[in-house]
Amino acid sequence: MSIDWIHFTPWTALAGGILLGLAASAFVLINGRILGISGILGGLLVPQKGDTGWRVAFMLGLLVAPLLYAALAPASFITLPRIDAGTTRIVLAGVLVGVGTRYGSGCTSGHGVCGMSRLSPRSLAATASFMVAGFVTVFALRSWL
Amino acid sequence: MNRISEFFVGLVFGVGLMLSGMTDPGKVIGFLNLAGPWDPSLALVMGGAVAVGYFGFAVAKRRSSNLLGGALRLPTSNAIDRRLLLGSLLFGAGWGLAGFCPGPALVSMAAGQPKALVFVLAMLAGMAVFEVLERGLYRSGAAPNKA
Repeated sequence: MSIDWIHFTPWTALAGGILLGLAASAFVLINGRILGISGILGGLLVPQKGDTGWRVAFMLGLLVAPLLYAALAPASFITLPRIDAGTTRIVLAGVLVGVGTRYGSGCTSGHGVCGMSRLSPRSLAATASFMVAGFVTVFALRSWL
Repeated sequence: MNRISEFFVGLVFGVGLMLSGMTDPGKVIGFLNLAGPWDPSLALVMGGAVAVGYFGFAVAKRRSSNLLGGALRLPTSNAIDRRLLLGSLLFGAGWGLAGFCPGPALVSMAAGQPKALVFVLAMLAGMAVFEVLERGLYRSGAAPNKA
């Protein structure tokens, strides 16, 4: 294995990660909820009375973030995303992520950030599973396509 | 107060995702690409988040209510079952295919990235499929355990 020094961004990665940890901590301490994107979004598909306001408020904040970031971040912090996948692969990926996160009760935020923070064996098992599946998928794509 | 706090938590989380570089699928794939030139950034994102979150949740575990006086809802399920593992494997496969997970996809969509919009629509369709399947299961009486 060789390190991709060109794309490796240790400081912004660490600083961004700390913000994610602060947000997850604030959410559980102030609002008493787990910051899990797939669960928060998924719960809006079949709205339950009295259980939508907090989801909408959180989602609005998340969706406004790019505006704030564009206004505040120095130009060198704004990079153009590299998206190699074509439309077919994007659609297949989206469906898998949608079904998989709901069936597995969480994604990178709920199981990864929150679950590992609270040392949950269940979330650790989930995180290991989606990490391994991600490694294998990328390896397969790089090997066969 | 609740709505304001939820909004700002979402905002901070979104800014964190952008700063960390995780809204760039190329960086996510770069991390998942163990065989090739490997970009370790995602490990530092996760490490930074968990290092801070550990303390937040350590405090939360000792409390019975949140700071606004409402309920503090921590997950109660400990089950490591087929649902959890199979669902997570499917999610990981989709994650590796495009380099998007739910949060970064939503943020990228809001930033005006057309492919992220396509991804989010497909993800919502996948979530809808799950809801339909779940309801079918409940109706037939084989209700699975919820997290």
